[in-house]
Amino acid sequence: MFVPGTLFNVVSRSVSTSTVCNQIIKLTRLRVVDNSEIGKAAMMEGKPPRCIHVYSKTGVGYIGDRVLVAIKGEKKKGILVGLKQRQNAKVPRFDSNNVVLIDDSGTPLGTRIHVPIPHILRTIMRKNTHSKGADYTKLLAIATKFV
Amino acid sequence: MTMVSRLWCQKTWQNLALAKVLGKEPKTFSTLVQLKTDEAIDDNDSQAQTNDELIKSPSLGNYRLVYPEFLPDPNPLFRNGIREKLERMDMLNRRSVLSIPEFYVGSILAVTYSDPHAVGKINKFVGICILREGCGLRSSFLLRNVVNGEGVEVHYDLYDPAIQKIDCLRLEKRLDDELLYLRDAPLEYSTFPFDMEIEAKISESIPVNDIKIPLNPLPWSQRWERYNLKGVKEIVVNERRQKKAAALAKPWEKYDLMKTYRETIPEEEQNEIFSDVYTKLNELEIQKNILKRKYMLQRQKSSKTRTL
Repeated sequence: MFVPGTLFNVVSRSVSTSTVCNQIIKLTRLRVVDNSEIGKAAMMEGKPPRCIHVYSKTGVGYIGDRVLVAIKGEKKKGILVGLKQRQNAKVPRFDSNNVVLIDDSGTPLGTRIHVPIPHILRTIMRKNTHSKGADYTKLLAIATKFV
Repeated sequence: MTMVSRLWCQKTWQNLALAKVLGKEPKTFSTLVQLKTDEAIDDNDSQAQTNDELIKSPSLGNYRLVYPEFLPDPNPLFRNGIREKLERMDMLNRRSVLSIPEFYVGSILAVTYSDPHAVGKINKFVGICILREGCGLRSSFLLRNVVNGEGVEVHYDLYDPAIQKIDCLRLEKRLDDELLYLRDAPLEYSTFPFDMEIEAKISESIPVNDIKIPLNPLPWSQRWERYNLKGVKEIVVNERRQKKAAALAKPWEKYDLMKTYRETIPEEEQNEIFSDVYTKLNELEIQKNILKRKYMLQRQKSSKTRTL
């Protein structure tokens, strides 16, 4: 009586049916949206970078968080500038998880960002910048369009 | 003794049950007949009543479509008469300050709102309304547009005090109640220019845009073949997914009276709610129409001067 059910269970167990994890965690694929050499090459190759660390206490990346990405065999830092997950009211949600590559001092590796940037990022970046630490507001200067 | 009494009890019970069954049949018939006659009487009465109502409130019928957020959540767990009434008063107060236009899912809206993060503290977003949800002060809508080749969606609360202006640039409906499938459609179907102007209203009724949108190839964000979408060109999925969709389809749900009863506010209650807010809403509507007419006349004038 239970044979068909158990058989089905065994068969279906080999298939992952978990829902899509709409969060930036370790090993999430991101999309580089600036025109840095390494970023462009990685995206052209069809090997988008993976997040290998999120610099936050929870390990979940939200808008404006710093992440460490593995890109073309290198480790680079980046800032999340647009997320796919549901946002608060009036904060835009994007169709892809966007990241802009920066170096340790907060200077972006590219010279242009070719997707819109949420306005709220201006406030977040200014808040994260300390006088003696990295200056993240340089990222805002290379943005082409704010939403 | 006990055994005997029990037996007797059973027998009488059976008899009673039989009698009940027998008694039911003529009764059901009688109720049917009664119902029919009642309906007939009601029809005569209701005609007179509806005439009166029509004179009193010419458009109370479509208020549930125009102002869906005035209807409370049908879930009885969330009902609270006093809170609903207070919320309605707050909504009317907000509407007397901000003119919220009539819009539907599929309409194109422009929202101007104060944004402390923006340069001039003012921000504007234009997009197609793909979702309208919530009731009361919590009602919200979702706008979608494509900016620089990237899909952007912004979620707004309808009664947000930060909103300065809502414009309905193109008033129309689509074939579906939610357009979330635009996320999985080619970008050109959700691209709208930010400098769009308000289109002149041509007809009295709301036009339905019966555009059929093709979807991108898999993977999708949701299993669209299960949703019975009308505004999508033929959905191509493999046989296994088709079978699953067919197995999960619930074509009988439209006949489920209890389900519709549970998911909607009864008409009497709707009338009660809307008669509460009718006078104020009507006043606001008249004001809105005057303003709209002024705006259109101004635009005509300016366009004429431009051509000259």
